[in-house]
Amino acid sequence: MDVSQTIYQTPSILSADGLVGLVFLVMVAVTILGAYVASTAERVVRAVSGLVICFVGVAGIYYFLNSPFMSMMQILIYVGAVCVTISFAIMLAAPEEKKKTTPANILSGPLGFIVAALIFGCMTGLALKTEWQSYPKSGSGSVRDIGISLLTTNSMVFELISIILLIAIIGAVVIARDGRSS
Amino acid sequence: MSLTLLNAAVAVFIAICFVGLNAAYLVWCERKGAGFYQRRPGPMENGPWGLLQPPIDGVKLMTKQLLIPGGVDKAIFMVAPVLAMFPALISFVTIPFSKNIVAHPINVGVLMIFAFAALGGMSLLVAGWGSRNKYAMISSVRAVSQTVAYEIPMLITTITIVLVSGSLNLSEIAASQLGGFWKWNIWGFQEAVGYNILMPISFLIIFVCAVAETNRAPFDLGEAESELVAGFHTEYSSMGFGLFFMGEYANIVIGACLVTILFLGGWSSPVPLGFFPFTDHVGWFLLKIYMIIFVFIWIRWTFPRTTIYGLLNLSWKYLIPISLFNLLLTAALLKVF
Repeated sequence: MDVSQTIYQTPSILSADGLVGLVFLVMVAVTILGAYVASTAERVVRAVSGLVICFVGVAGIYYFLNSPFMSMMQILIYVGAVCVTISFAIMLAAPEEKKKTTPANILSGPLGFIVAALIFGCMTGLALKTEWQSYPKSGSGSVRDIGISLLTTNSMVFELISIILLIAIIGAVVIARDGRSS
Repeated sequence: MSLTLLNAAVAVFIAICFVGLNAAYLVWCERKGAGFYQRRPGPMENGPWGLLQPPIDGVKLMTKQLLIPGGVDKAIFMVAPVLAMFPALISFVTIPFSKNIVAHPINVGVLMIFAFAALGGMSLLVAGWGSRNKYAMISSVRAVSQTVAYEIPMLITTITIVLVSGSLNLSEIAASQLGGFWKWNIWGFQEAVGYNILMPISFLIIFVCAVAETNRAPFDLGEAESELVAGFHTEYSSMGFGLFFMGEYANIVIGACLVTILFLGGWSSPVPLGFFPFTDHVGWFLLKIYMIIFVFIWIRWTFPRTTIYGLLNLSWKYLIPISLFNLLLTAALLKVF
């Protein structure tokens, strides 16, 4: 399907499409809000909470894109594992000290803004210029389909994830080997 | 799609009513149960058998002042109780009460329940941290480590069920157990698989984890009154406390529903006869979940609280290895037969 030739009309807000679009916008707003909180919060726990909100928003977008498995995995792994791990790190770390506020370099603001704008521009350009091909929907999203596609079409991803997990496990064993005595 | 806006609204309304009523009256059940096990009558003043106690408690909670102690992290303090209630509520969307009574039979229902349970764990952390109270903080550290510890064996063991029934859809898992009590997953008789001797072990692990995940005694170290005042909700008054309480009981109902669907055949009747009391019906489902909740109450008032080390040891040193072997052997059994 050629995207550029499809004529998009703004649907009425009360029609099914309009409501679905509204849900999408809400999810995008939640994601951006979470990201904003996560990046600007002064307290670490608030930043983690922002991250949770952001991940839930992203999961909502996945669900909107008709991929409930991805969306649930997003919450299960990112909120249930990553954010909880971060909060464990916070608990194990030394208590928060008074924030040392040194005046930032006068250039850091504008420079950061320029870099962010450049990245945003490049990504937008890429997204608009690429000729997107609609990927065939792989099965109904059942466990069987996911398993088959993980072990055939996407076996590379599967192997890479296995290696990452192996490294993580070995790292954990190495760190924990000394025990509590040290 | 037959799901119109009106249907959705009705489903949400019914779900909220179900959760609210359950949360209110399970408190009553719990008190009556506690009374029974401690040889005292329990609530009996308001209404017949104290049945008016829950609404009166609700009015009391709602009319009390919502205190926000000085120096708390206000935004986080306010969000935490909502975050405790919301995942419990949303999980009911995917739970099939019978063949037709299910709001949205999402393909990955099992995952959805676990995902939102993880979100509930975050609420405890945030509540304890936001309260600016040492007891609350200690309690939230405990609660989070407990949630993480028991989520792992629970997920691993759930995979055995997914292997056996080949689906993550709760409706399909329940439907695969229809036709008599001997077909329920807890016994492990499957026509395709033969006799799977490990299923009772899976059931036991999931049951223990369900008790621990919902922070029930003997695993309620998060709110150990004798050492931590009231745990993570020490600083909460009024409806903030009420929401935590409702969230807890809603989670208990979800845990019972999960155990029922995964192992006890969901809405299937124990005897496969066609006439009225024995047809597969939502009544069987409700009967099963309330029996499981009764066992929860029974356990709570019979066993003393463990220590935090006992709790974590049970999970990391026993349940996780056992559930890993269980998964391996189940997969092997499936391959052999």
